[in-house]
Amino acid sequence: MSAHAEMTPLLSVRGVSKRYGAQIGCADMSFDLYPGEVMGIVGESGSGKSTLLACLAGHLRPDTGSVLFDTRADGLRDTVRMSEPERRMMSRTDWAFVHQNPRDGLRMAVSAGGNVGERLMAVGARNYGDIRRSAVDWLDRVEIDTGRIDDRPSTFSGGMQQRLQIARNLVTGPRLVFMDEPTGGLDVSVQARLLDLLRGLVRDMGLSAIIVTHDLAVVRLLADRLMVMKSGCVVEAGLTDQVLDDPQHAYTQLLVSSVLQV
Amino acid sequence: MYVAVKGGEQAIGNAHAWLAEERRGDPAVAELGIAQIREQLAQAVNRVMAEGSLYDPDLAALAIKQARGDLIEAIFLLRAYRTTLPRFGASRPVDTADMACDRRISATFKDVPGGQVLGPTFDYTHRLLDFKLAAEGEVPPAPERDPATGPVPHVTGFLNREGLIEEEPGVDTIPPDLTREPLEMPAGRPLRLQSLSRADEGFVLSMAYSTQRGYARNHAFVGELRIGAVAVEMDVPELGFAIEIGEITLTECETVNQFTGSKSEPPQFTRGYGLVFGQTERKAISMALVDRALRWEELGEDFEGAPAQDAEFVLSHADNIQATGFLEHIKLPHYVDFQAELELVRKLRREAEEVRSSALMGGLASHDGQEAAE
Amino acid sequence: MSGCMRQEPDGARADYNFAYLDEQTKRMIRRAILKGLAIPGYQVPFASREMPMPYGWGTGGVQVSAAVMVPEDRFKVIDQGADDTTNAVSIRAFFERTAGVATTTRTREASVIQTRHRIPEEPLREGQILVYQVPIPEPLRFLEPRESETRKLHALEDYGLMHVKLYEDIARHGHIATAYDYPVRVEARYVMDPSPIPKFDTPKLADCPAIQLFGAGREQRIHALPPYTRVVPLDFEDHPFEASKPDHPCGLCGATDSYLDEVIVDDAGGRIFVCSDTDHCEARRDSGHVGEDTA
Repeated sequence: MSAHAEMTPLLSVRGVSKRYGAQIGCADMSFDLYPGEVMGIVGESGSGKSTLLACLAGHLRPDTGSVLFDTRADGLRDTVRMSEPERRMMSRTDWAFVHQNPRDGLRMAVSAGGNVGERLMAVGARNYGDIRRSAVDWLDRVEIDTGRIDDRPSTFSGGMQQRLQIARNLVTGPRLVFMDEPTGGLDVSVQARLLDLLRGLVRDMGLSAIIVTHDLAVVRLLADRLMVMKSGCVVEAGLTDQVLDDPQHAYTQLLVSSVLQV
Repeated sequence: MYVAVKGGEQAIGNAHAWLAEERRGDPAVAELGIAQIREQLAQAVNRVMAEGSLYDPDLAALAIKQARGDLIEAIFLLRAYRTTLPRFGASRPVDTADMACDRRISATFKDVPGGQVLGPTFDYTHRLLDFKLAAEGEVPPAPERDPATGPVPHVTGFLNREGLIEEEPGVDTIPPDLTREPLEMPAGRPLRLQSLSRADEGFVLSMAYSTQRGYARNHAFVGELRIGAVAVEMDVPELGFAIEIGEITLTECETVNQFTGSKSEPPQFTRGYGLVFGQTERKAISMALVDRALRWEELGEDFEGAPAQDAEFVLSHADNIQATGFLEHIKLPHYVDFQAELELVRKLRREAEEVRSSALMGGLASHDGQEAAE
Repeated sequence: MSGCMRQEPDGARADYNFAYLDEQTKRMIRRAILKGLAIPGYQVPFASREMPMPYGWGTGGVQVSAAVMVPEDRFKVIDQGADDTTNAVSIRAFFERTAGVATTTRTREASVIQTRHRIPEEPLREGQILVYQVPIPEPLRFLEPRESETRKLHALEDYGLMHVKLYEDIARHGHIATAYDYPVRVEARYVMDPSPIPKFDTPKLADCPAIQLFGAGREQRIHALPPYTRVVPLDFEDHPFEASKPDHPCGLCGATDSYLDEVIVDDAGGRIFVCSDTDHCEARRDSGHVGEDTA
């Protein structure tokens, strides 16, 4: 990681732990994410990866630790200790969150255009024509027919809903995207198309992202680096290709061998 | 020539005069006395006192007479009157363990100290219209015995001794007063109970019924239902001790509900509670079930999305005086708003018509291709 | 109806306190009003009392009027702009009976005006108080039914959803499809519900010399606009807010700048338009203005 020596990390996670009563959610997590980097977090369900993501994105308050984010105004700040208004502002400007189920991330009773426009309006966009143009542009970028702009997402297929959710999140040009199993629940052919789209967006926009998934194909395609979690702890971390091609930990070896190679 | 409608004042006066005449009904039929309502329509009086939050059988009977038997209207009269009463102070909490019970039953134990007392209940009556009552309602006196002396301990107390039911530790904090402070969410249990106690009987009944049918089912047993008179005592600062200022009839229901617990925490039954003015057992039992459903959060249960679990939903819609007022206000003129809507709809229709006719003029409108579902 | 009525001295009832409410309750309401004036557009919870008229019929307005009223006041009540609509008559009679204050139908002469759904046509002046009856004080209510959630949205100034609704209107209808109860932003902070006034009246909220008080009895909220407050309707730059009214002159007084009621006058659906503000219309006719339908 010598290339990063001079850079400020975009996100710096230090000692984050979260317990559910006697149960460990995740324990003493620390890592840095640099601008333009995509970090994959893999593990089975129950490994603590979703808990970690929720702590990082401010949906859950960790019991201990800090989550430092390189804010535009004040540099590195601990988002765990930020005020609620500041955190909310961040989550509608610099951060984005793509849910596994698009219904959790979309307003199903609002048109596709309204869904994409909401974040723009939340940060003060007040020109209908401009909002509309951005929505058209983004529907096009996520390969949704712009003629569907006034249709509600409930009339969309699962794959279209997920692409709409991505457009809705990226429209404000966030600097950090959290994704929770973005391809989960989709057919294999639809997954492939979505992954392809995501890879294009990540490359074109230089996005920084943290992707939680149990699907190694997703991280193989998208992630620069990888963390493997088991029982709330990291068992192995490193460059994606390195970890997947030459897994050191027995659990990683099991994960890799249990899926078809891509 | 058009002349604007006038004379609202006179119309109101005339309407009220007509109403008074209708209320009296046929003058050839003897007028109802307040005492008759109080004595012979006691259940109506009880409901009006309970939901009117004012314990005064004579005033409740008067309200029923004035409202022509419309109980929600009567409750409204009592509530409006109640607002104007000065508050001298607060009584001590009534002690229902000292209740002189007319009725006291437990569904969880066959017999309990103090005994099962059926009391004056509709239970086990056959619901056959009694045509004799149409002629005359004189009844032979009911058999009597001396009132049982000795304590009538709460049934849940027996469970408590074994640790089988959750503790209800006393608290020293003064509970909020729903009638003096705005209802704010989230509402703690004291506030929820106050709201339920004066809530519409039909609403609470339906909510309770929904829990029995599986919308947040909580397996309620009537641990105990007791109805009777309790003394109301008040501390008098000048005297330095409490004196009895009167006696009121209450219905109290304690339910014993499904237990909670885990491998480490021993299982315990949980509680629901209902307390209502007068002999109002349908309401008190309903209240206990809804109270229990609303306690999901403090008992570590899941929110199932059931209406009876949703405190904000239940408390915001339980008060029939608020509900009936807002419902009936749509009778008031809204023609200013309606005019604004009318103008807007006309404008939108005009524009849609223009779009349609220009599309027709332009020949076949080209249809946007629609993305096929994947 | 004559311009001014004074209640006989014995008209005020001795068995109720002045203006019905007890002094302690009035003080509680005044505290809420002062707080509302200090934080324009913020909804202040208050312990609304049960009034002898139904919730939804102006109990909030009546409590606010009772709390600000003094014996020297001259009181005017309008509903839909008119002094002689039944509920206006009823509320005016209530205060004649319980406060014995003088009443009037003339906007200019009134010191306290209680209104439902309109702002008078005649510009208000300093020293006057306009009391609105408010059914639902929460502008976010129909987007988010939970009070606990809407309070959070206000606290965080999270108003994106309000514009999403306006966006959806334009996308579907080509226009913002809110004709009354039009949401406004107060002093660039709180989004406020102005009560169901037609949007024709919305601009009158801003920069008004009078004190504007909003009482919602059933919902237990008071909000307020102090004099000369900045009040801006929510809109888009390219779809600006537009105050609108029926495009007709008043059939009785010929006014072209007043809000109009549409009245169906015959079985064939014949209609005429007349001023909704009856005082305004009468004053114009008294000074010689004539509309087409008076001949």
